[in-house]
Amino acid sequence: MPSKFLSGSAPDAAPAPSPDGFRPSDEASGSDRPDATPWAASGAAPAAREHVHAALTRTSTGHEDLRELESGLDSLQSDADRKHRIDWSRLLLPLAALVVLVLVWQFYVSLGVKRRDLVPGPLDVLGQLGILWGDGKLQESVWTSLQRGVVGFLISVAIATPVGLLLAQVAPLRRAFGPLISGLQVLPSVAWVPAAIIWFGLTDATVYFVVFMGAIPSIINGLISGVDQIPPQYRRVGTVLGASRLQMALQVVLPAALPGYLGGLKQGWAFSWRSLMAAEIIAVGGTIGFGLGSLLDQGRTLSDMAVVMAAILLILAVGILIELLVFGPIEKRLLRSRGLLAGSTR
Amino acid sequence: MPVVLEHLGKRFGDGAPVLDDVNANIERGEFVALLGASGCGKSTLLNIIAGLEAPSSGALEVPSDGAAFMFQDAALFPWLTARENIELALKLRGVGKAERRAKAQELLELVHLGSAGDKRPHELSGGMRQRVSLARSLAQDRQLLLMDEPFAALDAITRDLLHDELERIWKETGRTIVFVTHNVREAVRLGQRVLLLSSRPGRVVQEWAVTEEHRTDAGLAGQLTGVITARLREEIRRHAK
Repeated sequence: MPSKFLSGSAPDAAPAPSPDGFRPSDEASGSDRPDATPWAASGAAPAAREHVHAALTRTSTGHEDLRELESGLDSLQSDADRKHRIDWSRLLLPLAALVVLVLVWQFYVSLGVKRRDLVPGPLDVLGQLGILWGDGKLQESVWTSLQRGVVGFLISVAIATPVGLLLAQVAPLRRAFGPLISGLQVLPSVAWVPAAIIWFGLTDATVYFVVFMGAIPSIINGLISGVDQIPPQYRRVGTVLGASRLQMALQVVLPAALPGYLGGLKQGWAFSWRSLMAAEIIAVGGTIGFGLGSLLDQGRTLSDMAVVMAAILLILAVGILIELLVFGPIEKRLLRSRGLLAGSTR
Repeated sequence: MPVVLEHLGKRFGDGAPVLDDVNANIERGEFVALLGASGCGKSTLLNIIAGLEAPSSGALEVPSDGAAFMFQDAALFPWLTARENIELALKLRGVGKAERRAKAQELLELVHLGSAGDKRPHELSGGMRQRVSLARSLAQDRQLLLMDEPFAALDAITRDLLHDELERIWKETGRTIVFVTHNVREAVRLGQRVLLLSSRPGRVVQEWAVTEEHRTDAGLAGQLTGVITARLREEIRRHAK
């Protein structure tokens, strides 16, 4: 029975070189034997045999030969380097979209459906921005808000990162506090404004407190979900390479979770900016400086729609600029370096 | 003797045993191919030898400093370049910063990737990634190297070359290698000894010695491959219903 089976299985395991194993062009090309003789290999004369390579035996003739074959295969299998050029459509398309939106706005205003002081046109708002610039109010409010937003965000990052890493790595902690952190993310941070005013009065502390309550939970959540999406293989490799618990967290888990973490940071920034505006609109006066939210509220009290629109556009513009100048490039670099950008629409 | 397995058994929970009464001695500097069909517990056995899992019964003797491990997928960290991946292994081993760079370059040269050190894993072909992975496992500097079907996902041309490459590196570095595979030809091509593992439960049922003649004589190697394949199929047929 075994012997019958042996002969039955011979073709796939036979000494005859299989199509993938036999490569006459490797070095037998100089030989006068035509390619059509692979089946002669098993019974061939000893002289011919040394030119025949099946996958079963050594297929290269020495170190140098191996190096050459490998480098040939490497260059065949790797993509040629592609040059990155400036893609003007990235700049022109968003600008075109902006122009279209402004034109639509202007068109709507010129139809005269609503009174001009209720719905100001693009030119009115632009004029108002010019006036605010002349007063120095524009610079003051943007600077005040931006400064608070950035400082509040950076402090949030410094607090949320170690906490998030700890929660993601220590199961009991995560089970205990995870739901609370997720809940905090759902709770609008504006809800903290009244409490903050009572605790801290009309000071910067109120503004920062609200920013923290907005940003910290969302950064922690981003980091945790980034850690959850790490392929288990990475941790196994870390273990095999002998990483300690701390090394595993800093050298493997954190860099592996970076894309998710960056998503959390982006969201954290959005939350701090939003919370900041809410806090500035509600809490006006005291030692709180004059920010964009304050400008917006001032426009509302004066019933000056041009100021209101100008403030809204400024708030939006800061958000867009931060995305374009800070998060966009970082994210793109991160994804490209990991080969995750191919085929995306970014 | 780096690895001794005595009456080794493993079962997960109350399930059927995955490994049962596995016995093997692996000499220092030996290249052993561990062959078996799917579900024979090859990977489990390797994990036990690596110390990633504990056996349920029996005894084993492994080097006290543990083992280097190479996975089926290269499992390189995508945020590091090829060189940095190797340097990380050195760093986690406690090698100083200055020495790391030189050592990493040396290992890259060993796997013929001296000029690809600054590439990221996604810029490398499957074969190149697997060579970086090999260099990384050599960076661990363990006498024992465990390989879990490292070439299974590669194309045939690349695999043939890597067989030559691995044999050369094994001879140059004098490592003890346990190479798990489900490919009979690969086992015959690489191992000095081929151990056949039965399936459910896994147990060493037979072993064959592969001599230097088998490395150069395709006829002899083919014959041995045929014999081992027949025995393997007999083992698989036992599970037919």
